[in-house]
Amino acid sequence: MFSETILLSLREIRRNLMRSSLTILGIVIGVAAVITMVTLGRGATAQVASDITKLGTNLLQVRPGQDRHGPGGTHSTGDMFKAKDAEAIAQEIFGLSAVAPIASKTIQSIYGNENWSTTVTGSTNAYLQVSNWLIESGRQFMESELRAGKAVCILGTTVRDKLFGGQNPIGATIRLGKLSCNVIGVLNSKGQSSFGTDQDDFVLIPLRMLQRRIAGNSDVSRILVSAQDGVSTKKVEQDIEQLMRQRRHILPGKDDDFHVRDMQELVSTMTGTTRVLTGLLGAVAAVSLLVGGIGIMNIMLVSVTERTREIGIRLAIGALERDVLMQFLVEAVVLSSFGGVIGIVLGISAAAVGAIVLAVPFIFDPGIIVIAFVFSAAVGVVFGYFPARQAGQMDPIEALRYE
Amino acid sequence: MKTTTSTQTGKHCLIELKGVTKVYGEGPAAMHALQGIDLRIGQGEFVAVMGPSGSGKSTCMNILGCLDTPSSGVHLFEGIDVGKLSRDERALLRRHYLGFVFQGFNLLNRTSALENVELPLIYRGTPAGERRVRALEALEAVGLTGWETHTPGELSGGQQQRVAIARAIVTNPKVLLADEPTGNLDSARSREIMKVLAAFNSERGITIAMVTHDADIAVYAKRIIRFFDGSIDSEEEKPGTD
Ligand SMILES: Nc1ncnc2c1ncn2[C@@H]1O[C@H](COP(=O)(O)OP(=O)(O)OP(=O)(O)O)[C@@H](O)[C@H]1O
Ligand SMILES: [Mg+2]
Repeated sequence: MFSETILLSLREIRRNLMRSSLTILGIVIGVAAVITMVTLGRGATAQVASDITKLGTNLLQVRPGQDRHGPGGTHSTGDMFKAKDAEAIAQEIFGLSAVAPIASKTIQSIYGNENWSTTVTGSTNAYLQVSNWLIESGRQFMESELRAGKAVCILGTTVRDKLFGGQNPIGATIRLGKLSCNVIGVLNSKGQSSFGTDQDDFVLIPLRMLQRRIAGNSDVSRILVSAQDGVSTKKVEQDIEQLMRQRRHILPGKDDDFHVRDMQELVSTMTGTTRVLTGLLGAVAAVSLLVGGIGIMNIMLVSVTERTREIGIRLAIGALERDVLMQFLVEAVVLSSFGGVIGIVLGISAAAVGAIVLAVPFIFDPGIIVIAFVFSAAVGVVFGYFPARQAGQMDPIEALRYE
Repeated sequence: MKTTTSTQTGKHCLIELKGVTKVYGEGPAAMHALQGIDLRIGQGEFVAVMGPSGSGKSTCMNILGCLDTPSSGVHLFEGIDVGKLSRDERALLRRHYLGFVFQGFNLLNRTSALENVELPLIYRGTPAGERRVRALEALEAVGLTGWETHTPGELSGGQQQRVAIARAIVTNPKVLLADEPTGNLDSARSREIMKVLAAFNSERGITIAMVTHDADIAVYAKRIIRFFDGSIDSEEEKPGTD
């Protein structure tokens, strides 16, 4: 009996193919939108997570000032660090693989007629290690160069491209502001970060050179610390906090005037943000599903009125109220499920294309498909019920007299 | 022919109407379609209902067919008070015991003759194979072999009427209620159909109540009930029948 009802509804849908297609359009668009949004959103979340992981998840950052909520929300009330602070961390804290003191400045870089404004970062070879940079050509700093603050530099690929085009920069002398500086190496390219900044747009020089000859002070604005594998970053964080409180003479009970941030936290903050965004987009798309449901109800009501005589005949011949109700309900559900299936196919296709365009990974999630299908069928039940009940409750005599 | 008001006391009484009225509308505009009908139809009877247009024949048939309920009075089917049944219970009575030929044919328009005839069997839960066989038999009984796949729109009025008859008899109902089953047929066709109905009545023992305007058709019935203005005017039993 139930399979008969499904066959019957399929036939009825085919009979009004044009109208049926238009009816389910709302559902198709709704489901496709939800699937596209959610799939792309998951891709973006994964992208952000993997970008941050590339920075190194066992990475900690120590900055002066108190921590504020959210990434980058620092408040610089504390004094800057000195190179000695980094040395103390490296010597006294157990389980670290590298400690890089960093100071930086935006400056004009010049070679020949080319001229490019970039960030000059002063640090040590440890910076390459903590940030996962590889030398593409040339070499890293020598110990003597670091100690003496010699005018040597390693270029990010963007700076190399801007100043040298296709030429080999190794051994060339560029100018950073008023200083002449010998190029000793070029880094590999990391491309854009997921926040849209160009990670390759900087020049690395010895910390001492930056401090003495560019900044004119001995400040270190942040210290990057990478823990050895298997060492708890929480423990390292606590150790650093303790050490720095000592070195900065903070009395017990007083707040830190610096903060240590674990990159792992950053990962969860950032992916949390994209996840919320994905949810919001999905919710907006879900509204169009609701509109699609109302479209189905509308057409089912028209259909019930149009088929009043048919309903009368069925009731007169011995159909129960629930037989007729089922017939129309099944029709609504079959319609909306069709819409759901088409929407799923469209949504996945759109997400696959969108993933390529937006350069995020395409994450295929069978769960969302099941949910979308169940949801579209449910839309059919909810919005088909009212018209179907109307059909079932008709009076057979009245219905047969209906012209 | 003698005029009588006697009831068929000799037979098991299948359907009984006691003081049945039907009023459409309210107040001064109320239409009293039936005004106190008393009627007994016994098991296996073949009754013809005649009367002028608007005299309440169809209204009475709708009540007999459990499609409608009286405004007052009692309608008993096999001793059951139909007026006290729920909608669904009446639907089940129609499904399992009654066959109805409507005054308009009331076929499903975009559905083939065969499927129209199968329809009541679907609601009885008859398996598809058996359904087909029985529907084909019913169509054959009304002389429509070869027209199974045609939709009502592709059939003449008379053919449509025969599809409607086939649909009413396909379930082998206990009672067949026919509202002018030959209204659209020529006299030769009408007689053919009447022979079919008479055979159903005598061979299968199906009780038949049939509305007709045609005295030549009414002769196939064993009793004729005449309606006038919502009341039974006279009943007339054919001589030579028991
Ligand atoms: N649903 C209804 N609403 C209002 N009046 C109705 C309704 N059904 C029937 N009537 C009225 O009741 C009266 C009896 O109608 P009915 O259909 O029973 O007549 P009939 O004897 O079958 O006539 P005919 O031979 O023309 O078919 C008519 O006057 C008709 O107008
Ligand atoms: Mg009538």
